[in-house]
Amino acid sequence: MPKEILTKENFQKLEVVIEKNKGKKGALMPVLHEGQKIFGCLPLEAQKRISEALNIPLAEIYGVITFYSQFTLEPKGDYTIGVCMGTACYVKGAQKIIDRIKKEANVEVGATSPDGKFSLEATRCIGACGLAPVLTVNEDVYGRLVEADVPGIIAKY
Amino acid sequence: MELFRSHVLICGGTGCTSSGSISIEDAFKEELAKHNIANEVKLVRTGCFGLCEAGPIVIVYPEGAFYSRIEAKDVQRITEEHLLKGRIVTDLLFKEAVVEDQVRSINEVDFYKKQQRVALRLCGVINPEDITEYIAFDGYKALGKVLTEMSREDVIEAIKKSGLRGRGGGGFPTGLKWEFTYRAQGDQKYVACNADEGDPGAFMDRSVLEGDPHSVIEAMAIAGYAVGANQGYVYVRAEYPIAVNRLQIAIEQAKEYGLLGKNIFGTGFDFDLEIRLGAGAFVCGEETALLNSIEGKRGMPRPRPPFPAIKGLWEKPTLLNNVETYANIPQIILNGAEWFAGIGTEKSKGTKVFALGGKINNTGLLEIPMGTTLREVIFEIGGGIPGGKAFKAVQTGGPSGGCITADYLDTPIDYDNLIALGSMMGSGGMIVMDEDNCMVDIARFFLDFTVDESCGKCPPCRIGTKRMLEILDKITEGKGELEDIDKLERLAENIKASSLCGLGQTAPNPVLSTLKYFRDEYEAHVVEKRCPAGVCQELLTYHITDACKGCTLCTKACPVNAISGERKELHTINTETCIKCGACVDKCPFKAIIRK
Repeated sequence: MPKEILTKENFQKLEVVIEKNKGKKGALMPVLHEGQKIFGCLPLEAQKRISEALNIPLAEIYGVITFYSQFTLEPKGDYTIGVCMGTACYVKGAQKIIDRIKKEANVEVGATSPDGKFSLEATRCIGACGLAPVLTVNEDVYGRLVEADVPGIIAKY
Repeated sequence: MELFRSHVLICGGTGCTSSGSISIEDAFKEELAKHNIANEVKLVRTGCFGLCEAGPIVIVYPEGAFYSRIEAKDVQRITEEHLLKGRIVTDLLFKEAVVEDQVRSINEVDFYKKQQRVALRLCGVINPEDITEYIAFDGYKALGKVLTEMSREDVIEAIKKSGLRGRGGGGFPTGLKWEFTYRAQGDQKYVACNADEGDPGAFMDRSVLEGDPHSVIEAMAIAGYAVGANQGYVYVRAEYPIAVNRLQIAIEQAKEYGLLGKNIFGTGFDFDLEIRLGAGAFVCGEETALLNSIEGKRGMPRPRPPFPAIKGLWEKPTLLNNVETYANIPQIILNGAEWFAGIGTEKSKGTKVFALGGKINNTGLLEIPMGTTLREVIFEIGGGIPGGKAFKAVQTGGPSGGCITADYLDTPIDYDNLIALGSMMGSGGMIVMDEDNCMVDIARFFLDFTVDESCGKCPPCRIGTKRMLEILDKITEGKGELEDIDKLERLAENIKASSLCGLGQTAPNPVLSTLKYFRDEYEAHVVEKRCPAGVCQELLTYHITDACKGCTLCTKACPVNAISGERKELHTINTETCIKCGACVDKCPFKAIIRK
């Protein structure tokens, strides 16, 4: 099931936040922070509502969101899978691991799975070449992988 | 008032919290309850003690027993032995706290002995979430004194006379800034606090906010009175959740006690404070970018002049100081400008907090009088370089600063001396490097950071730093040519001269200072295609020496099967296929594999 974020409930929460900050000087940043907490990201629909309510052009809001690295336009998954694409891991078959994850978790590199569970990233060398190939799921590290290990790891989350 | 025979102080700074200090607190609660001494022994979760290396830290008073690297399982012993029977558990003490079988209290340990704590006065002493503890240590007394006994001019005069200079890096005289804002015309003025501490390796502002948030609140109210502002903003990076939380609690408590809000101390002075969060942009530490960010805009710098003191937040006169600067203010008011001016050197008064890190035994936070030498900081307080390695350089000022070599270790630390050496005070990051660090690689690391964080508004910074990074990449990959070094130097000077804000103006410093002191290393990379420190991967090759016993462990470790050889015979590495990952070096039990 894809995670629905544009719910009535979320927009109601956003209204509360807007109401609380409206009239405050420099209200945009606090509203964006709170908004991201509600939606898990800052979708266009939420931006439009903020734009109307605070009377700030949508383009400006988009500009602010994309300037700061902590704001994101798309929701991140509950678990971020990082597959090391350093040379050692790459020659030991990291690409095959990535391909298998794409299939098992239904997620593209740099994107999030439709159910909102996993985000997949190809990372730079994480310095665990002795364990190559390596992947991380949030804080957990898995090393010496073969393609067949992937379904088992995905199933843990 | 309740009286306790012992106080158990548990560090609740970010470092010790990550290493488990909360479970230690829980364990103490349980033990104290079990032995029915919860009304005799008081547990206090404090801010950072500074010696993060030894964390999680627990201090037991009145003895000042300095327990380090405590785990929850040690708590039972400390409770039963120390708290019940009065016997200090010496094997759990910090190693330097026991000398010739004599237990030394925390203040006698080398790391603390040479320090003088003004900004960090109450960090690791009080519970930052309890305003009464701050008040018990003369908290809000300075605000009371200012509001009831001093005129606005008196306050500004005191700050000017103290010689306090901005602790965020620039070193501009704080009193002058206050005076400019005081003199500026405007129906509305603001006071702001820069807590957007972004230099990698610097965490003094975080520690002050986590350990003693009221000192900043009190100072901002004093500043508000002096310059004529009734509204303050603290701009904190969102990456500091503990600091934000404690500051929020402190602001609420101050409001409850009538120390913020309307008619403070019944004097008719109003002052309110709000927290504004950053969202992950290093450039927002620059003052005009920070103001834009508070206003809800992209955090890009504005041209100066006009300076914030004239046109700051929403075009109104705004006083902007850094956290550590503010933390000094109440002490200056209480102890007098002369007291503060009596500490330090001729042009740099008072103390400075440094975050000591890198190749150093005592990683942590320390506060020293200005004029202390680098040697004292690194070898006495810092405990020297681990593993018997040789000191090579110390980097101060983060991505805006530079490196200082062994020849200058006896230089007294102050603003002007560090600038004369091609570095700067910066916010107080101090990264120690030993013989295993490659200076070209370090310069590349900092450039990589500034390229990533450049806001993109002005071309010298946006394009120039990128070109510098490309040249450094080329050099560290062994593709550099001699003229690249000259190009680097020329670019660096141009970027410094023409960038809009402090970020770009100082971004080339790590390159310029390493070129100044370690030009030979650059030349070794370019001419001999060699990295003298053995860091730059592309310039290294791996070899197996005669010490090899043919155990075959390395062949199994190699991810690309580049090692060949029969069992019990000397192995060899095919340097063509070797990807230089170093996995074999870690596996070899005979240390027979070398990089060169």
